[in-house]
Amino acid sequence: MAAPKFAVDPQTLVGMELPQQRAFVEPRRLKFFLNTIGEKDPVYLDPTAARAAGFRDIPIPPTYMFCLQSLDNPGPNRILDLLGVDIGRILHGEQKFVYHKAACIGDELVFQARIGSIVDKKGGALTMVAQDIRVENGQGEHIADITNTLVIRNPQDEKGAA
Amino acid sequence: MSTTNAALKVGDTPVSRSYGPITRHELALYCGASGDHNPIHVDSDFAKASGFPDVFTHGMFVMARLGMAVNAVFPTASIREYGVRFASITQVGAKITCEGKVTAIEDVGGERRARIELTARDQNNDVKLKGEAVVALA
Repeated sequence: MAAPKFAVDPQTLVGMELPQQRAFVEPRRLKFFLNTIGEKDPVYLDPTAARAAGFRDIPIPPTYMFCLQSLDNPGPNRILDLLGVDIGRILHGEQKFVYHKAACIGDELVFQARIGSIVDKKGGALTMVAQDIRVENGQGEHIADITNTLVIRNPQDEKGAA
Repeated sequence: MSTTNAALKVGDTPVSRSYGPITRHELALYCGASGDHNPIHVDSDFAKASGFPDVFTHGMFVMARLGMAVNAVFPTASIREYGVRFASITQVGAKITCEGKVTAIEDVGGERRARIELTARDQNNDVKLKGEAVVALA
């Protein structure tokens, strides 16, 4: 076996709860995101249209919760830090959102992430790290569940990667 | 739009949208807008040092656009689930075409829902994202 790929045995991290994280749905940075992706649906731009669609205020688009988590992350990526992995080694494998309630401008969201599984793929060339993230709003309502899988590219001794 | 959604049936292809080539400028903006500051998407020196020929697109940027394509047909309040697998790296300059096909109509707790199988492909027809959305029909 080659030199260890990680700072710790990854299996010791499975099931670990990561520190809770808070994030704010702020109008100006939401607008920046909408402009960047090119979203022009009035429900995201006009509070009147949002209210007509049944929202308290402008809602966030489907993938924005993932961004909020990064935007308000106070430090480095916890998982990479724990595993001792350079950011240049990671790819995004999978991402899923299950929505229970809308998040709107003015909401403060609370993210509670747990490391779900860590598995090697392609003969150890890749390691997949799955996280389950529960999202609540400021009122303590459970508004979404997110699953996220990171792909870590491992150093190869011989030629032949994916 | 909800009147057409109520009549959806298995095999229908309600989601269909194409986007222009992804630019380096968009990747820089997305870096700031999303909070994903991984230099691999914006710094070609870093990307090369990490073993890639060039910077490449944030998977979540393509997921956001695929989500827009879903949203163009299904109002945001009707989206119950949205998930993807990032099948391959999306290069700078990729022209993404998003498509979705109804694979099932279900009743969940009295709510009629459609399962939509989603794909995002580039101009070479390579699958970049493969996923599924579950939407409530009204």
